[in-house]
Amino acid sequence: MLYAIQTLQLGVKSLFLHPLRSLLTVLGIFIGVASVIWLLAIGEGISRKAQAQIESLGADNIIVRSIKPPNEVLNQNSKGPGMQIPEYGLTRDDYARLAETIPTVVNAIPVREIRETFQKGRHKVDGRLVGCTPDYLDIAKLTMFEGRFLTEADNTEAKDSCVLGEKVAEELFPYEEPLGQLVRLGENYQYRVVGIVSKRAPSAGIGGSFAAQDYSYDVYIPINTLRARVGDTVVIRRSGSFEGETVQLSQITLKVRSTDDVMETSELIKLMLEEHHKYEDYGVTIPLELLEQAKTTRMMFNLFMGMIAGISLIVGGIGIMNIMLATVTERTREIGIRRALGAKQGDIVRQFLIETIVLSVVGGGLGVLVGLTCKPVTLFTMHLIRTVNPDLINSLPAIVQEIQPIIVFWSIPLAFFISVVIGVVFGLYPAIRAAKMDPIEALRHE
Amino acid sequence: MEPTQGPPAVTRPHGPHANGDGQTTRWAARLDGVTREYALKGETVRALRGVDLAIPDGDYVAIMGASGSGKSTLLNLLGCLDRPTHGHIFLGDDDVTQMDDWHLSEIRAGRIGFVFQSYNLIPQLTVIENIEVPLFYQKNVGSKSRSRCIELAKMVGLGNRLDHRPTQLSGGQQQRVAIARSLVNDPYFILADEPTGNLDSVTTAEILNLLDTLHSQGRTIILVTHEDEVGQRSNRIVRLRDGLVESDRRLKR
Repeated sequence: MLYAIQTLQLGVKSLFLHPLRSLLTVLGIFIGVASVIWLLAIGEGISRKAQAQIESLGADNIIVRSIKPPNEVLNQNSKGPGMQIPEYGLTRDDYARLAETIPTVVNAIPVREIRETFQKGRHKVDGRLVGCTPDYLDIAKLTMFEGRFLTEADNTEAKDSCVLGEKVAEELFPYEEPLGQLVRLGENYQYRVVGIVSKRAPSAGIGGSFAAQDYSYDVYIPINTLRARVGDTVVIRRSGSFEGETVQLSQITLKVRSTDDVMETSELIKLMLEEHHKYEDYGVTIPLELLEQAKTTRMMFNLFMGMIAGISLIVGGIGIMNIMLATVTERTREIGIRRALGAKQGDIVRQFLIETIVLSVVGGGLGVLVGLTCKPVTLFTMHLIRTVNPDLINSLPAIVQEIQPIIVFWSIPLAFFISVVIGVVFGLYPAIRAAKMDPIEALRHE
Repeated sequence: MEPTQGPPAVTRPHGPHANGDGQTTRWAARLDGVTREYALKGETVRALRGVDLAIPDGDYVAIMGASGSGKSTLLNLLGCLDRPTHGHIFLGDDDVTQMDDWHLSEIRAGRIGFVFQSYNLIPQLTVIENIEVPLFYQKNVGSKSRSRCIELAKMVGLGNRLDHRPTQLSGGQQQRVAIARSLVNDPYFILADEPTGNLDSVTTAEILNLLDTLHSQGRTIILVTHEDEVGQRSNRIVRLRDGLVESDRRLKR
């Protein structure tokens, strides 16, 4: 025991002969270990967020969305010459077929979305007017901030009720209580505010575009009301010209009996849609599939990050080996003296091995400590960049903007363990080389 | 004393033997027809060509000879840093002739006291720690051994410099530390390789006086030197020439 302690003391003492050199060697391992923890934490943060967004779409849902086909396809299929308003997308017939003929579909929620300007007095805000049924509250995982969501009665009677997204409510009613007030949605009609939904994290994009969906600029009205007031054809005024489109439904969300049925049901849905559509003007999103993909991606990502960090650890190890080889050469005479005074080859190996292990354990320990600061440092850095150069941040994907590193618990023992292993592996060769020296030659060494 | 004529013809390496005075003698080291050959660029260099030498306990032997005479090779063999090509070497109770590296290291740690020309102290260790090194490799460190080291440091006159580093000491002082270190394991013999080679005449005298004192206390000393004045301080001079013992004579005091 005393021997072990003294060997350790000796190692530390020898390392302090060249403090700067030892420090730099430690730095190599330190950076390697810290980067393992950091990269894994950042990767984990990003992928968990992505996963949460997909999960918010609902694992037992299948989402079918209308997608505007390319203009050439639309023109080919237009009836005769002249100015045409293109017609595409999901129809109410699709909805009826999907909802009623597929037994595994428990519920189907039709949604129609249009860009619109909302107005109250002189306050104006642009947003998404969403025609939906009461079930939408559940399926979009919205929660009420105050008042109520749309009811069956609202829909069947096509009432002029509306529910505001949080931002819309804030901007239209900066000082007043919005509940019970009238707002103008679009050109002519006034709607009575019956509720406000709380803020909700944006979900993953669907229907081909992977931009996150933001719910805070939404206004919800009964889908029947939307059909009665606006119709299927929407015309957008552009400077000097009109542009329009006829779409019956923007989205149908289908709730499947259980997650086990999701894949089969989705195949059935695709078949049914193919039969009734001349060209593909819709997209089928399967959150479950996305989820699986995200999990695979996450694993690949972690593996990749781990590899990069692993490379830096190996570089650190080579640094250790390099230094130890130099040290061994430099201390040849000391080795000779020790051998003459009775050190066995094993004693010499131990002496130098302990030095590399001390280096790598200190580096690993510091790396773990600094690795733990990952989250505050990342958040602070993001904040700093945001203050100095907000454009740079805004150009990043939303998922990176809101990065929240999550330290992967197993990365800490792993990184530490690897650093020790590297200390032993890369220290062994120089140590053995030291031990194998001929004591007579070593004593003569200047 | 009578000059010793060759090695005694005994098969047991160590034990009581009759010498000329009818007393029993114990041997610190015995060499029996020792040769040492090196292969150098395809040629065989015969550094020692059959050396017989017996050193009784308490002897003070100077091994002398020109460079190339084989004295360094003999020193390495006596110091268990090397193995003979032929012949036998007995140190005290041990037949070290064909010991492996591990056992030779044991012997070096336990039974040989090295003193080198260039002191060979370990720079990052203090005086006391340097003295302790052989005990460290015998896995024999503790408060008891520490007090022994302090005692030895005091004996060589460095009781007030225990925590100094070698670089803070003069050459003579460093050599005293080395001598204290050579005594710490209670060796068969002190093996001193040109111990005064790096010292001025005043310090040389000091060191030689110290060796005299140790000899008078009953220590066996083997001194390798090429300086006649240093050799004269011993009581037996063995001269080597071309790998053979040229002369072996006792000095009258």
